[in-house]
Amino acid sequence: MRPPLAPAAGRRQFCARLAGLAGLAAAGALAGDALAQAPVRVIRISARRFVFTPGTVRLKLGEPVQLELTTEDVPMGFSVPDFKVRQDIVPGTTQTLRLQPDKAGEFVFLCDVFCGSGHETMNGSLVVEA
Amino acid sequence: MTRPTLDRREFLALASLGGGAVFASGLYGCATPAAAGAEDFFFVQLSDSHWGFEGPPNPDARGTLPKAVAAVNALSVPPDFIVFTGDLTHTTDDPRERRERMAQFRDIVSGLKVQERHFLPGEHDASLDHGKAFQEFFGPTHYTFDHKGLHFIVLDNVSDPAARLGDEQLQWLRGHLATLPRDTRLVVLTHRPLFDLAPQWDWATRDGEQAVALLMPFADVTVFYGHIHQEHHHMTGHIAHHAARSLIFPLPAPLSAPRRLPLPWNPEHPYEGLGFRGIQARAATPALALTELPVVRG
Repeated sequence: MRPPLAPAAGRRQFCARLAGLAGLAAAGALAGDALAQAPVRVIRISARRFVFTPGTVRLKLGEPVQLELTTEDVPMGFSVPDFKVRQDIVPGTTQTLRLQPDKAGEFVFLCDVFCGSGHETMNGSLVVEA
Repeated sequence: MTRPTLDRREFLALASLGGGAVFASGLYGCATPAAAGAEDFFFVQLSDSHWGFEGPPNPDARGTLPKAVAAVNALSVPPDFIVFTGDLTHTTDDPRERRERMAQFRDIVSGLKVQERHFLPGEHDASLDHGKAFQEFFGPTHYTFDHKGLHFIVLDNVSDPAARLGDEQLQWLRGHLATLPRDTRLVVLTHRPLFDLAPQWDWATRDGEQAVALLMPFADVTVFYGHIHQEHHHMTGHIAHHAARSLIFPLPAPLSAPRRLPLPWNPEHPYEGLGFRGIQARAATPALALTELPVVRG
């Protein structure tokens, strides 16, 4: 039979158990984070007036990807209306946009921040293969 | 002062200028009595002249706007006023050239016989400098005015290059609408559509839904806009939205082509798809009647 714990020892053990639980929870969170941050394919897209490079991006249905977006000259936007995602792109920075397509087909991506005469045709194609 | 009333038959006869299609709206189903003192009148909407544009889509790019001014001046009954719903000029990176184009545009439209003119910017006028040059030439980018029983609200969804009205303007709109009786007859003028017409072609206003929600409690609201270079009609609930033709080149119907490229100039039918609009406000009914007019006689 275990001797009864002194009140102070009881508090310490209680705290230690809490800490252990917290540690487990933290470990779980870390595991979750690790899962959430599992390596995904990175696709770099560069914008400059008035083109995206590459102009066509191919994805697999359900494949999580991370788009890394840069602009070579002026502020731009990157928008895929069919997936309701968008991101401002500021010169000198790399912006990331995670995307996991849930439908197959060919979808437009476009600049949605007016960047000059030619903005109207600044778009590309996102091809999602089933 | 009461000007001669233009009855419906006379007004529709204006279409005989060139056989422009007539769209008579009966869009409201609402029996709100006309405000006291209201009377029939009509005004003209011009849009998207892109002064400074050059290219094959309009080989008469420098001639079309003067022709439109002449066509408006030739109307048998002059409009009470004229609104110009944006993209007065074609964009340029050069601030001095931008101002030069605005000065030339202003000089040309000064030839309009109608003295009351209201302007609002398009993204080609305002998005590269947040409306600075536009304001120097044409004043504020959002404001209100009244005319014979109608209350006009001009909104700016282009000075922010990301196509937002923005929190400050939405707050202004909210506060302004709070001062108006709910049976006020509202006409909203803007450049981009306030609804998601075709976000894939950037034909939307990112926070336009918030403006529409603020307008929704009013029974009688009509929005006139430009930007898409073609006649288009749409309803969000009871709110009617009407896009105007351009004065430089027409664009394809929304999402009907891979790209929103100008429709090619048709030498067999010059100026095809270009034009302006007359809008009649009738005191006896809240419905507005629209008449689409060509730049030149067909």
